[in-house]
Amino acid sequence: MALVIVINAKRFEFTPNQVTLTKGEPVTIKLVATDHAHGLLVKPLGIDLDANPDSPDEVTITPSQEGTFNAICDHYCGVGHGNMKMKFVVTAPAGK
Amino acid sequence: MRLSAVSIGAGAMIQFVPNLALAEGVTRHLRRSNGEAPSPFSFVQLSDTHVGFNGPPDPLGTAAFERAVKVINALDPQPDFVLFTGDLTHDAEDVAEHAKRFKTFRDISSRLRVKTLHHVPGEHDAALDGGTLFRENFGETHYSFDHRGVHFVAIDNVSQGRPRVGKEQLAWMQKDLARYSKSTPIVVFTHRPLFDLKPEWEWFTSDGDDAMKLLAPFDAVTVLYGHIHRENHASRGNAQHHASPSLIFANPDPSVAEKKPLPFDKDHPFNNLGAVEISSQKISGTEGVQQILKEVTL
Repeated sequence: MALVIVINAKRFEFTPNQVTLTKGEPVTIKLVATDHAHGLLVKPLGIDLDANPDSPDEVTITPSQEGTFNAICDHYCGVGHGNMKMKFVVTAPAGK
Repeated sequence: MRLSAVSIGAGAMIQFVPNLALAEGVTRHLRRSNGEAPSPFSFVQLSDTHVGFNGPPDPLGTAAFERAVKVINALDPQPDFVLFTGDLTHDAEDVAEHAKRFKTFRDISSRLRVKTLHHVPGEHDAALDGGTLFRENFGETHYSFDHRGVHFVAIDNVSQGRPRVGKEQLAWMQKDLARYSKSTPIVVFTHRPLFDLKPEWEWFTSDGDDAMKLLAPFDAVTVLYGHIHRENHASRGNAQHHASPSLIFANPDPSVAEKKPLPFDKDHPFNNLGAVEISSQKISGTEGVQQILKEVTL
């Protein structure tokens, strides 16, 4: 069963604002919007979520590349929308 | 077909002039295909006026927009119409304030001598209310019309909140385009780019590929958009994509790491709010639009 990481979204921030994943390990990313519709987009990792306050959204991925990836809210949520960002860091499995 | 720019010292304007020198056979073919042969005309594209935006990086508010209106009014001959490619207003949490900004936009644009104006919304106009205020002011967020042998398609890729055209509008596009032969020149105007220009800056449309597939059978497709606050030109298959700079502030080149608006220069307040000249050498049913781009020094 994949690890579940919950990301809370509200104007204009994600909590947490950085998440570390392990290459090759399945993980479920769950987006919970608390005040308005928000998106979470990281194209290189296959994350493209759209959550409303009454309907979270989730996706299970298996990161295949290491690196740091910028994530944005791509559901316009107000004047601070452009600053609503977070990072995903994908690291090598332990011992590799 | 010729797309040319007008130097206004501010903002982005694209003037679109079909080439007069069409081969007679081509003209006949186009007349048969959509009932109207291309004939000379011009239009102007303006984008991202953001009425209501004040403060850094541009403290001048509507100054560039108002200047653009004056320059367009001085054009001779006058363009047939003006296209506005979104973010006409800057959104406000208070609906009454946002409505007031729409009214200010209309007040300024009503000073244009040319009275035929076409609009599509940007996310700042329509994402928070699903396009309600936009529709109250300008009607539907997507539509099409014909002008002198060219078919224009207005696409809304903002009012669903995310950068998306959506299945309903794609179905409408398919039905709309089905009426035209493949030789009909098509001009799409929309707010966001219909291709992945820089998704991490939200410079994309998630189902833009689906829209472009519907346009793929046509010989000559031109897509005019705004949103990115800078000039950009891209060729994808049968389509030429052109971004107009904004009339409020400029964004950096997408090759840089950080999306940080270019600084305001009080001595040159309209710096980086450029104009672009786009000239087409020919238009034909089979060869499409051949465009030559030329920057204009302001």
